[in-house]
Amino acid sequence: MSLLNVSRRSFLQGTAAGLVAGATGIRSAAAADVTIGIVYVGPRDDFGWNQAHATAVKALKTLSGVKAVEEENVPETDACAKSMESMVNLDSANIVLGTSFGYFDPFMVNLAKKYSKVEFRHAAPLWSADKHPKNLGSYFGYLNQGHYVDGIAAGLSTKSNKLGFVAAKPISSVLSNINSFMLGAKKVNPNAVVQVIFTGDWSLPVREAEAVNALVDAGCDVITCHVDGPKVVIETAEKRGAKTCGHNASQAPLAPKGFITGAEYKWETFYKAYATALGKGEPLPNMLAGGYEADMVQNSPFGAGATEAAKAAATTAIADLKAKKPIYVGPLKDNKGKVVITKTYDNLDPFLDQMDYLLEGVVGSIT
Amino acid sequence: MSGDSPFIIVLLAIVGGALRVSTPFMFVALGECLTEKSGRVNLGLEGTLVLGAMCAYAISFHSGSPWLGVLAAGCAGSLLGAIHGYVCKLPRVNDIAIGIAMMLFGTGLAFFFGKAYIQPSAPRLESFSLGAWTGNQQIETALQINPLLLVGVVVAIAMSWAFANTKWGLIVRMTGDSAPAARAMGVSVDMVRFLSTTAGGFLAGVGGAFLSLFYPGSWNQGLSSGQGLMAVALVIFARWDPIRCAFAALLFGATGAIGPALQSVGITQGYYFFNAAPYILTLLVMIASAGSKQAARNVPGELSITK
Repeated sequence: MSLLNVSRRSFLQGTAAGLVAGATGIRSAAAADVTIGIVYVGPRDDFGWNQAHATAVKALKTLSGVKAVEEENVPETDACAKSMESMVNLDSANIVLGTSFGYFDPFMVNLAKKYSKVEFRHAAPLWSADKHPKNLGSYFGYLNQGHYVDGIAAGLSTKSNKLGFVAAKPISSVLSNINSFMLGAKKVNPNAVVQVIFTGDWSLPVREAEAVNALVDAGCDVITCHVDGPKVVIETAEKRGAKTCGHNASQAPLAPKGFITGAEYKWETFYKAYATALGKGEPLPNMLAGGYEADMVQNSPFGAGATEAAKAAATTAIADLKAKKPIYVGPLKDNKGKVVITKTYDNLDPFLDQMDYLLEGVVGSIT
Repeated sequence: MSGDSPFIIVLLAIVGGALRVSTPFMFVALGECLTEKSGRVNLGLEGTLVLGAMCAYAISFHSGSPWLGVLAAGCAGSLLGAIHGYVCKLPRVNDIAIGIAMMLFGTGLAFFFGKAYIQPSAPRLESFSLGAWTGNQQIETALQINPLLLVGVVVAIAMSWAFANTKWGLIVRMTGDSAPAARAMGVSVDMVRFLSTTAGGFLAGVGGAFLSLFYPGSWNQGLSSGQGLMAVALVIFARWDPIRCAFAALLFGATGAIGPALQSVGITQGYYFFNAAPYILTLLVMIASAGSKQAARNVPGELSITK
């Protein structure tokens, strides 16, 4: 697969260069031109994580002077290093973006050392100044803010006051999305509870469908999720007549009747920032992270499942988040009764990245 | 709905799970049962399942008829089965190794051609409910039955009958138990195995159609997540008996529903353990049944894994 792509790309590049040379004789790329290489772990149209990145790259291509080279379905093995290296050597990429967790170490770390003139950025908070090269870095969005807005809309769109959450694994980013969703729902609807089901892995379509069925059978009338491809969850919930909130990318087309809104990344902001800085020859930040206050996350446009009250409250919540109003207002207990958050934390506080508990109001257990 | 007792909810989920999840297992297990009865092992059925799922979805999308998709899935499956059946008759070819190669080939092919079908929505198979008379929406949903499940049950019964009562059944069993005996009777061993593997591939392909056209009912690359391999193991579990294959598939589907169902009623501790329920149960039944002399007698004598 990757071999095929490389040869196709080099072929195209060869012919393009030949055409340009033949037409103008001397013209070469202008100094301000920026080439961005991006590598995805799955298909670009998965209604999830990869699609969110691909949508941003599509927007980036509309900018003048910016070229993007993409490669999808690249596993977290040596294959990703080869793809990235070919983007540097064949496409003269100025910056290479790796969007999957496992690309970082050792592949991107080694490439950054080998090609010190090229910038490498990775979509997870793994970079640290004392361990890694300076032309490497991390970027990520606080998606839990999107889930908080989802929670607010869901809390005002439910009739049974039971909200279902299909989650893959109990790691901190997932737990933070579940807790934020619950806090949003509780804020507008004190009777709301969030019932969580962990499937155990990132992509298990049959078990995800079973989980949705089990949640709906237990009385949940709004379903949301944090799994790799939310397609199965959203479609199954729609079939069962439950409302849905999305995750990662917009799943609105999958649920014409019950879609409320969804938590989405806005990678466009990151990628445009990189392209602009590179075009001007400015240094890139090693760490680029934020939420609504930095326009780095967003919510999908409201679907038919959202009530008027939900739309109004969610819109207010978005304005609050942009004004940096905190989500985690302490003290808060976990669902076993222990106080785990003693004070009010800022939305980007590193303390919240270490989450290993489900808050009171969430029915579920991380073990 | 929330007034129902947790026990009823879990019970309904288990029954519903058996009816929803078991069909692909059943088809793949029946296909593999036929192939192994003829004395060959086809480990490639995972690939067949995935390719069947992709073809069914694609054809249903283009033609607008899901049943045409099911047929296409079966044909794609028989093609993979035929390749396996043909290659394995060549001298010094190991059927296990070819099976693994065919598994990778099938999934690779499905991913390559399936790219364009991740986004579009294809018409799905219709189902009917055995619980409509109760007027209870929950029971009605749990008892949703797809016609393919019934087809699977009929195939299981027909296969079981044919093995015991027809000349064709006898030929397949004889080829599987003793190739020299079959040759002495003037039967072409290679031809019997080729046809059995092809027919087995057809069934596995149809199992794939169920995945993409009914439950979970969409095409994506992680769709099967190893179900084809588990179904091959189920044949050993069912000791090469089609009827037992059908029951094993139902049992596997039912236990698979335990994990999510328990979490949905608030029994949340230890979900990794409950999610492993199907595998634990399989192990226990295997241990309990493997000791008997009857079990050893059921194994086709020509299988390369037992020879």
